[in-house]
Amino acid sequence: MTTDSRVLLLHSEDNVAIASCELPAGTELNVGGATLTLKQRVDIGHKFACKPIAKGAKIYKYHAPIGSATQDIAPGEYVHTHNLTSDYIPTYTFEKGKSFAG
Amino acid sequence: MQTNNATIKGFLRPNGKKGIRNTILVAYLVECAHHVCREIAYPFREQGVHVIGFPGCFPNTYAHKMMSRLCNHANVGAVLLVSLGCECFNRNKLLETVQASGRPANLLVIQDQGGTRKTIAEGRAWIEQTLQQLEATPRADMRIDELIVGTICGGSDATSGLTANPAMGRAFDFLIEKNAACIFEETGELIGMEYLMAERAATPELGQELIKAVAKAGRYYGTMGHASISPGNADGGLTTIEEKSLGAYAKSGQSAIHGIIKPGDYPPRGGLYLLDMVPDGEPRFGFPNINDNAEIAELIACGSHLLLFSTGRGSVVGSAISPVIKVCANPKTYARMEDDMDVNAGRMLEVGGEVPSNRNVREGARSLGDSATSTSAGAGGSSASPNKASLDDVGREIYDLILRVSNGEQTKSEALGHQEFILTYKTFEPLGPACLPQAA
Repeated sequence: MTTDSRVLLLHSEDNVAIASCELPAGTELNVGGATLTLKQRVDIGHKFACKPIAKGAKIYKYHAPIGSATQDIAPGEYVHTHNLTSDYIPTYTFEKGKSFAG
Repeated sequence: MQTNNATIKGFLRPNGKKGIRNTILVAYLVECAHHVCREIAYPFREQGVHVIGFPGCFPNTYAHKMMSRLCNHANVGAVLLVSLGCECFNRNKLLETVQASGRPANLLVIQDQGGTRKTIAEGRAWIEQTLQQLEATPRADMRIDELIVGTICGGSDATSGLTANPAMGRAFDFLIEKNAACIFEETGELIGMEYLMAERAATPELGQELIKAVAKAGRYYGTMGHASISPGNADGGLTTIEEKSLGAYAKSGQSAIHGIIKPGDYPPRGGLYLLDMVPDGEPRFGFPNINDNAEIAELIACGSHLLLFSTGRGSVVGSAISPVIKVCANPKTYARMEDDMDVNAGRMLEVGGEVPSNRNVREGARSLGDSATSTSAGAGGSSASPNKASLDDVGREIYDLILRVSNGEQTKSEALGHQEFILTYKTFEPLGPACLPQAA
């Protein structure tokens, strides 16, 4: 159960891991004993799937759910607003431009 | 630790409370008096003369309580109130409260003074005389258990919850060991954390109140249709409000939670308190706090002598009345904005182009009640950059800086002249009986 030192796996049961420095696409990493290749560049503090995640499944970080997958996510894929949504209140981004009261 | 037994030289107020600054406030009681206040204060802006105020023309119980608490804050030595003359704010009642505290206080009504020019001249003359008078403010030794410290995060990114927030939480733990009062806030950024938080409550009844406070925030922000998460947070890697909450929650450290307070309530004794800043009742006046400074003003109204402010994206704000210590979470942001940052907590992630040790972040995760399993492939310590720091290192650094700032050292935002302030409309009901358990 080794994890690359450029990666933070905050809990063994998490399905996302954190880049502790900027990691380019194509980086090979060992996360929790499994090897994966980053599909996209991942910036410091950002996260990527370290296990296969099915559409609709909860995404876990710090052993706590941070929302649900909006599509199937393969290990090594960048996880962010394009494939993860809140189970409480949606996140406003400039691109989506979601309107809100007021 | 060298500073364990250090004492602070405080400013003694007539009611026995002690402050760490001796500020003169120039306070507008409606936006129409704001410009006059700014002009009165401008020549003295580097002499601890700050402008605060309430912009609304309609009366509001919360705003009156906030202004009253702020004008009587332990860091405040004297108050000049400036009224246009026709607004609803009960200026005489506020003046009486400040006078009753024994502070030099004055009220100028622009319409009675004869307009802008005369009010500015009168106000500046009063400030000059009062600055001299404040030189005689008695000093007194102040213990750490007399300190009230608030914490807030602003301009968060995904590093905030890994470095700065857990480190500020650690500093809170050190302060609470010495029986200081510490306040964390923003129930809208604790959504998803309510059950973890309830387990730390001093009593089961308080635990239920904590859950209710977060549920209220969820309803309120749900009605607004917008969570307390911004495009900048998302650019920084925070995807959902739950994820932001996990990071924000780390600011509270690991101490037991002793109570819930609302804006303007003082913590009754040392310990850790949650500030419930979401208005009660149906949403009426828009977003609970329209920006970070609205929140800082509330933490100060609860007595905070100083604030710990974590930022990953790079907030530059400070505040009127109480100094703000800026703890930068992201090493890249620190490198870019060092002039605005007091502490470089991003050193916990710093790899100096090499491989990092994960030990510290593992500890950071533990402060969230988890045991992380990250292991460094090699001996992390040997390849670490010289700047590298552990959670304890940064927590101590923040703690030591709190003592130095309490003894007069200026924070970066103070030295740069940041004195942001904002106060808007809200409504609150009184605290429930379970919110401040006596035994806590």
